[in-house]
Order: sequence, then C-alpha cells, then structure tokens
Amino acid sequence: MDIIVCVKHVPLTSDAEIIIEANGKKIEKTGLVFDINEWDDYAVEEAVRIKERLGGTVTVITVGDEDADNTLRKCLARGADKAIRLTDPKFEGSDGYAIAKILYSVIKNLRYDLILTGFQAGDDGYSMVGPILAEMLGIPHATLVKKIELGAGTAKVNRELEGGLEEVIEVRLPALFAVQTGINVPRYVSRMGIRKALQKEIKVMNLAEIGLKEDEVGEAGSWLKIEKLYVPPLEKQVKFLKGSPDEVAAQIVDLLKSKGVL
Amino acid sequence: MAGILVLAEHRQGHIRDITYEMLTKGREIAEKLNTEQIAVILGKDVKEKVKTLSEYAEKVLVVEDEKLENFNSDAYQKVLMNLLREEKPILTMIGHTSYGVELAPRLAASLNIPLATDCIDIFFEGENLTVIRQMYGGKVNVKATLRKGNGYMVTVRPAAFTAKRPSQPINGKIIEKESPLTEEITTKRFIKYILPEAGGVDITAAEKIVSIGRGVKDQANIPMIEEFASLLGAALACTRPVVDKGWLPAERQVGSSGKIVKPKLYIALGISGAFQHIVGMKNSDLIIAINKDPNAPIFNYSDYGVVDDLFKVVPALKKKIIELKGQKPA
Repeated sequence: MDIIVCVKHVPLTSDAEIIIEANGKKIEKTGLVFDINEWDDYAVEEAVRIKERLGGTVTVITVGDEDADNTLRKCLARGADKAIRLTDPKFEGSDGYAIAKILYSVIKNLRYDLILTGFQAGDDGYSMVGPILAEMLGIPHATLVKKIELGAGTAKVNRELEGGLEEVIEVRLPALFAVQTGINVPRYVSRMGIRKALQKEIKVMNLAEIGLKEDEVGEAGSWLKIEKLYVPPLEKQVKFLKGSPDEVAAQIVDLLKSKGVL
Repeated sequence: MAGILVLAEHRQGHIRDITYEMLTKGREIAEKLNTEQIAVILGKDVKEKVKTLSEYAEKVLVVEDEKLENFNSDAYQKVLMNLLREEKPILTMIGHTSYGVELAPRLAASLNIPLATDCIDIFFEGENLTVIRQMYGGKVNVKATLRKGNGYMVTVRPAAFTAKRPSQPINGKIIEKESPLTEEITTKRFIKYILPEAGGVDITAAEKIVSIGRGVKDQANIPMIEEFASLLGAALACTRPVVDKGWLPAERQVGSSGKIVKPKLYIALGISGAFQHIVGMKNSDLIIAINKDPNAPIFNYSDYGVVDDLFKVVPALKKKIIELKGQKPA
C-alpha cells in the first residue's frame, strides 16, 4: 500500500504569547517554536502503522520554506520513506484552496492507494485542504476519521460526530482520509532517529517545477484574503485575582463561600 | 444572483440547533440585502419537519429520497450542485459541523464558489462578503474578504449565533424538488452509528466541575487534582487532548465532541480554551480559570482568572479548604 501524507510545519501557539505584526496581517513568528501540526502527527503515525502491517511506502509532502524540513525529517524518522517540499516565495498568502491546488499539481503524478491529512491545522484551522484535494483528484474522502479498517477495495472508517457519537462509513479506495487526533498514540521519535533521517533526501520543487501559474497560488489564487488580525474581544469581563498562590487561594475560597458553592 | 440559502442539518430525526442559528443570521442578512432566504432540507420522510424552517424563510426546498436517509456527503453534493446551479444564491450557509466539514469544501470547489470555513461572523460590505474567523486556537481573530465567484459559501461555527424565532413568522412556501439521484452512491456508504459508551460518571449531572487541560502536563499529576476535586465535592472533567493521551476516559470530556455541561461552578485548570471546549462549558454559572498564559482564550469566557502555575495555586487551595473544613463544627 503506497500512502501519501500531507503535513504542515506550524508554530506551537497554545502556550506562547502571540504578537500581531504592525501591518495587522500576520503574527510575529520570531520566538515561536515550530513543529509538525498536531493532527498531521497522527496522520503520519497512522500511515506508518499501515505500512508496517501491509508493506508499501509512505511519502510525506508539505508546502513550506526550508524550516519545514524539520517537520519532514521528523516524519522520516518516524518511518516515512520519501519527503517532498514544495516551496516558492509566490506561495506566500495561500489559503486552503490554493494549498490544495499546489498539492494536487504534484500528487496527481504520484502513485498512491491512500492519502492521509490532518483534519485541520492548528494555525489557520481551515479544515478544507483534504476534501478539496480529493475533489481535484476525483477520489472519495472522509474527514474527522478516528479509525481506519482497510479491506479489499474499500475501507471502513469511523467518523467523529458531535456529543461522543461516531458513524461508521464504507469508502471506496483509493481515498483521502483527514484524521482526527486520538486515532492512535504517535510513537516517540528519538533525536538519534531524526539525526539518521538527515541522510535521507528531501525533494524540493518550486512553482515552475510543479507547473502552476503565478496567479493560481498565493493570495491571487486564494478564495480568502486576510484583511486584519486582531485580539478577540472579551465575552465576559474577567476579573483577575492577584497575589501569591496563598493569597489567590484565600480569595478563591472567599469567593466560593460567597457564591454558596463551598 | 440573489437569496441566502441555508442547508438544514438533521440527524436521527432531529433538526440540529445549528440550523436555527444559521437561519437567524441568514434572516438578518437577507433583510439587509433585501433578498429572500431559502432553507434546504435533504432526507427521507422529512416533510413534517419543515414547518419550523418555513417560519424563517420565504422558500423551503425539500428533496426526499431513500438514498438521503443518512447523511452522505457525496449524495448531498450531487443534490446541492443541482440546487445551487438553479437557485444561484448569493450566499450559501452550511454548519461547521461533522457533516458540514465533510461536505462544504468539496461542494464549493466543484462549483467554483469561494468558501470561508468556521465563520463566527458574516456580513456584506456592498456586494463583497466579509467574514470573521479565528486562528491559532482562538488567540487571534481574522477579518477576511472573499474573492468574487459564483456566489459565496460559508461554514458557520456552532453557537456563534443565537437562534431566535422570528416574532412574525414568514411561513414561506414549501416546495418539493425531485431528487436527481438516479443510482446508488458507491463511493461512500453509511453503515451505522456508534453510541458513546455509558460510563460510570455523568459529568452533566455534576453541580461543580474541576476540569483539566494540557497544562496538567502528565498523567502522574492527575491524582493531586482528583483530591482537590473531591475536597470541593466536584466531578473531574477534561479537554480533548487529555482524552487523546488516554489520561482520562472519553466520558469526562467537555466540548462539542464530548459533553455540554452547565454546573454552578467550573474551575478550568491549564485549559487554553479552544472553541470546541468553550461551547461545552461557557454557560456554567461561575467560571474560574487558572492558567500560566495571560493570553489564553479561556480568560475571555471566565468570571475570574488567575495567571499563575496551577501546581502552585491548587496545593494552596487544597490547604485552605482543608483548614476551612477543620474549623467547621462536626
């Protein structure tokens, strides 16, 4: 089984302070730690597990600058066989639609039985690249995938619905599955493994090499144009309790008593 | 191009809340643009359900087909491609739900309709559509405009808008449309639902909840927080990453893919506040968040916040509560 996994190198922002650039269009990237998008990490793990069971190859592909090689190396260390990075200054400003076109231009020429992506990216959260790529390739897809059971010519997948409910659907192969976190437990990748992966080649292709025109990518080739980034307004006026942990604890206890919950 | 088209979402015989949230917002937009609202429902035996939809819309289009009994994005796509080509709405609204995310991107690409996903606000500026969505786990809002195309499409975040029944129902026309599905859909087939496992603890029944997120860092830290919860008489709940890591069972998960809770007290420990979690707890009476990151979105929804290490504050809280209980007459 030959599997292609689309991955993204993203800033880890859950514990980081985010600063919006003065032009209001981007966030300040310096100081942020980048890593593989969390959902993609599960997708790569799932691909490698399938390969270990059934044989075949795993190819990881990304759209990003040189820094994204770190994410590709992590995937190679985890067990991917080949890595491709699509890079061009013209890709800057691409939304999910433009990214899908970029990936399509290369994947359409590759051999695959299965394509995996993360359900969404932790940075822009579009949740659209996978299904649009599947539409362009003319293959079926499923999103929010929590379990994949491969059969002859079809796969049974569990999709996560709301409120803890799941649905089981049967999808004809080849297909694209956008996986949800929790589908597996990604294995630990050692530093040694990543060092070893340094020897593997990463194939790099630019706009001309993938055969797209300038106006098909970047902001010109996108559906969405970002006008302004801003800090979300407060839904509630939060009151911050200040002081040492003991002082704060005393304030909370008083508060709970006054509200009748202690 | 005219009309605001809203795709009704339903499952197991129930129209889902997102439908009315979209119809409420769609009504507002339609009135501003002086155009009509069109509700669309696809399914099997759905005719009795369309009365409420007609209260919000000038037109309700109903497509009934056995093949539409359970949601199937490929079947929906075929039907909607036909309908959208006929109706040419200026804006199509679909829920940013497990069904909508499966359907909308592919439908939009197939019709060359620019799509913005997971929108929390939508408005026209002249003929141009502007949307507000979020990035970086809810830490940043983005104002974005859509390129001109064959109308526009958005997926709408659940609970972003409040559903409000029109004071004067429109009672629009209900129009049955023939299903264009001539053969079985073979690319994708619904098999069954799997219901959540009935667990030992029902967090939706708890009056007080102590909830943990990624900030708890290690499974080994959970017993200390469990002790704190039991001192308070609270149930222990958590966010999705805690379940993904296998630290707590799925029955403890608060959020859109877990449980919706509304306790008297919700203490959020090390929870950043992704919207999927927020929709599960934001209606709690009293929300106290403790997080090291002053910019964590959870604070935007909390009554009280503490910017500090939970591993310092929680032990101090435990000490205070034990002292207090010691003073109480037996």
